Amino acid sequence: MPEPLLEVRGLCRTFGDVRAVDDVTFTLPDGGSLGIVGESGSGKTTTARIVVGLDRADAGHVRVRGQDRTTQPRGRAERLARARQIQMVFQDPYLSLDPRTSVEAVLRETLELHRPGTDPAPRIRELLDQVGLGTRAADALPRELSGGQRQRVAIARALAVEPAVLVLDEAVAALDVSVQAQILNLLADIRDATGVGYLFITHDLGVVRCVTDDVIVMRRGRIVESGRTADVLALPNHAYTRLLMDSVPRPGWDPHAIGAARRALRNDDTPA
Amino acid sequence: MTMTLVRRPGLARLRATDRGPLYLASAGFVGLVVAVALLAPWIAPHDPNTVELGNALAAPSGDHLLGVDAAGRDTLSRLVVGARTSLLGPLGVVVFSTLAGGAVGVVAGWRGGWLDSLLSRTTELTLAFPGLLLAILFTSVYGEGLLAPVVALSIAYLPYVARLARSLVLAERERPYVAAYRVQGHSGTDVCLRHVVPNIAPVVLAQCTVNFGYALIDLAGLSFLGLGVPALTPDWGRMVFDGKSAIQSGYPLSAIVPCLVIILTVVAFNVVGEHWADKVAGRNR
Amino acid sequence: MNTTEQHPADTPRPAPGGRPNTPAALDIRNLRMRLPHTARPVLDGVDLTVGAGETVALVGESGSGKTLTSRTVLRLLPAGTTTEGTVHVAGDDVLTMNARQLRHLRTRTAAMIFQDPRAAINPLRRIGDFLTESVRLNKIMTPAAAQARAGELLEAVGLTTEVPRRYPGQLSGGMLQRVMIAAALMGDPTLLLADEPTTALDVTTQAEVVALLGDLRARFGTGLLFVTHDLGLAAAISDRVYVMYAGRIAETGPAASVFARPRHPYTKALLDSTPGLDAPPGRLVAIDGQPPDLRREPTGCPFAPRCAHATELCTTETPRSMPARGEPAHTAACHHSDRLEGTPGDA
Repeated sequence: MPEPLLEVRGLCRTFGDVRAVDDVTFTLPDGGSLGIVGESGSGKTTTARIVVGLDRADAGHVRVRGQDRTTQPRGRAERLARARQIQMVFQDPYLSLDPRTSVEAVLRETLELHRPGTDPAPRIRELLDQVGLGTRAADALPRELSGGQRQRVAIARALAVEPAVLVLDEAVAALDVSVQAQILNLLADIRDATGVGYLFITHDLGVVRCVTDDVIVMRRGRIVESGRTADVLALPNHAYTRLLMDSVPRPGWDPHAIGAARRALRNDDTPA
Repeated sequence: MTMTLVRRPGLARLRATDRGPLYLASAGFVGLVVAVALLAPWIAPHDPNTVELGNALAAPSGDHLLGVDAAGRDTLSRLVVGARTSLLGPLGVVVFSTLAGGAVGVVAGWRGGWLDSLLSRTTELTLAFPGLLLAILFTSVYGEGLLAPVVALSIAYLPYVARLARSLVLAERERPYVAAYRVQGHSGTDVCLRHVVPNIAPVVLAQCTVNFGYALIDLAGLSFLGLGVPALTPDWGRMVFDGKSAIQSGYPLSAIVPCLVIILTVVAFNVVGEHWADKVAGRNR
Repeated sequence: MNTTEQHPADTPRPAPGGRPNTPAALDIRNLRMRLPHTARPVLDGVDLTVGAGETVALVGESGSGKTLTSRTVLRLLPAGTTTEGTVHVAGDDVLTMNARQLRHLRTRTAAMIFQDPRAAINPLRRIGDFLTESVRLNKIMTPAAAQARAGELLEAVGLTTEVPRRYPGQLSGGMLQRVMIAAALMGDPTLLLADEPTTALDVTTQAEVVALLGDLRARFGTGLLFVTHDLGLAAAISDRVYVMYAGRIAETGPAASVFARPRHPYTKALLDSTPGLDAPPGRLVAIDGQPPDLRREPTGCPFAPRCAHATELCTTETPRSMPARGEPAHTAACHHSDRLEGTPGDA
């Protein structure tokens, strides 16, 4: 049996008394796209940070094509190899780029680190082209770019090392609706072209529906529901998933019913 | 109907505006003092140490624009040549305290943990000891000369710079771009030296300009006490000391002029430093 | 009587949908605003009304001028701003008020709820102090009356009586936004301005806050201007909607009508590009390009460079707001309203 692209098993992480991530298990197949949905405090961001290696797990493991990446990397070679396994795009395009570094320099730094000795210029042009930025943007500093353009730079930076998995942590949440659609379409194109796997962290079910094949719904550190995105959204099993879906505002929306459902759900899980 | 809403003009107009008159005047004054110090040997009208006893305590004249002190030396020339020592001392203090304090602060903030506790507590110990007292101690041990008080004051100023650098690094470290570089596979040291340090440097440097003013006052105070600068070397603090007996005899000029120059220089450095700090803070937003 | 400019300029008109014979809670007429160092006005002829007790949504993306419009109502403007036009709150012109009238406006007549409740509250003061501070300092109520009112409002927003003794850090974001709403209602305002009040909250909390705003509006008869970037939310909660683009009102009308049949290509494109739960899955219909830049003066329709329906006319002549046939309350500033899919000349 071939190893799955990304395998996360039994992940746990506690902060003080809070079980931020509690026995989280999922797999991402080659070229797949998995959404992790939840509200603040659901543990979705902590899960993402453990997967990319910005945080450590108390228990459980993360494997990319069968290679464990749960322990601290030893040495430069392993660090770089890990970077080529998983890359990340952050939520805030205004803070995730060094304000002093131009677009071209951001990409060059990464390419020189991972491919020393080769001329980075052609690859930089290719990357900018891939994310829909002209070569004219290359000399710009982040502050000269719009939010959407910065997020394109962040995507180009993540793609520069040709990662197997791209973790997108609320990557479109800070963008305007019209720009968000451009970026979501761009991400779909990139997946078609490169076969990279996506781990899409979001609170927005509309976004999940648009860009993922599978979805897991997290609440208070635990997975409450998982399955094919289309199935989960068509027939949610868990009351929390239903609540999340009902909460998306649209014409004819009943906020009172949602409030009542939310309170009912909260009363259900107060420990007896 | 068209109307323009303007904030009420207050002191803000004088100081905060991008190119306020106070900032321009201060920057101009700083430039002037630095230029005078650099060109001192060529522009001083007289030898600052030539004694014309017959002319002692003479009032300003065409030959001696700011008069002559009690020992018969030309006040203007001493002021001009004294700019060198008076600026060189604080420069030494600022350079040393910034480099050492910055390094300590960056390491403490970036590494955190026990190293942070060790470095922070150690530097804070020096805060408990007054800088001037330390300088007096050093000069009494090592004797006359500029080096001892400069080293002592550098040590006294180091914790302030270290604390500032540490807090800036702590804030900068949490920014997502730092996490982004880590995910890219850059080593921690690399990210710190190539991205974090250059990003916090402008704020630290702006603070150093303000420190320059304080160091100048401290060193002038030491000279006034007769410590540090050797007796014959022209120096502003020393000039005030030398002129204090002349004040009692009713000839205040040779002491008041260096006093004024010290005050103006310190204020000018403060204004320029704060202006830069404001500008840097505004740009980062 | 089709365009708003034909109303006499000095008397506030009653808003459509508002109660008759009371002045509109908010009446903005032909508001133009310039900031220093920009080539085009940041607000360009904005007309907007909120009737007494009406909920109106102002929708737009960042840079559209929606936040600036709502802040103008309290005259919270950056220095050096040049304004033209009138802004009446409950019949009084905000832009010509003196300092005393302005304070009265901000403490009594109108109140604002901000996006991030944590940024808008002093973390070192107890909630009770925060609630009663403004009415006590302005001598609107006695301390005892203020306490009583605060208790009543906290109950109305669904918080318990021990909340006044807590500090902001001890409350969740949703609870804090309820506190902000209660604080806004302390002076019994005619108009409530809510600037993205739910954007920083979780979706399920958002629903509760929105339900609460609806209840309070019904109970206290407050006019509500709800500023948001979320078209779905605007549709769900408001009586009427204004859609802004590049400092202008692109389209306005009854919420149901605007969402069912957008008459401005921008509104339609926004609806199409929102990844919703009901839309067909797969690729979104994105709007190409960027919103116009403040450094350049646009000619013609500001949306023309991004619009699929744009013609020669759009790039030369600025479209005026025109009502839809058979529906005078629904207007759009577009030369080609009739060409939009789903609006075949109107039924």
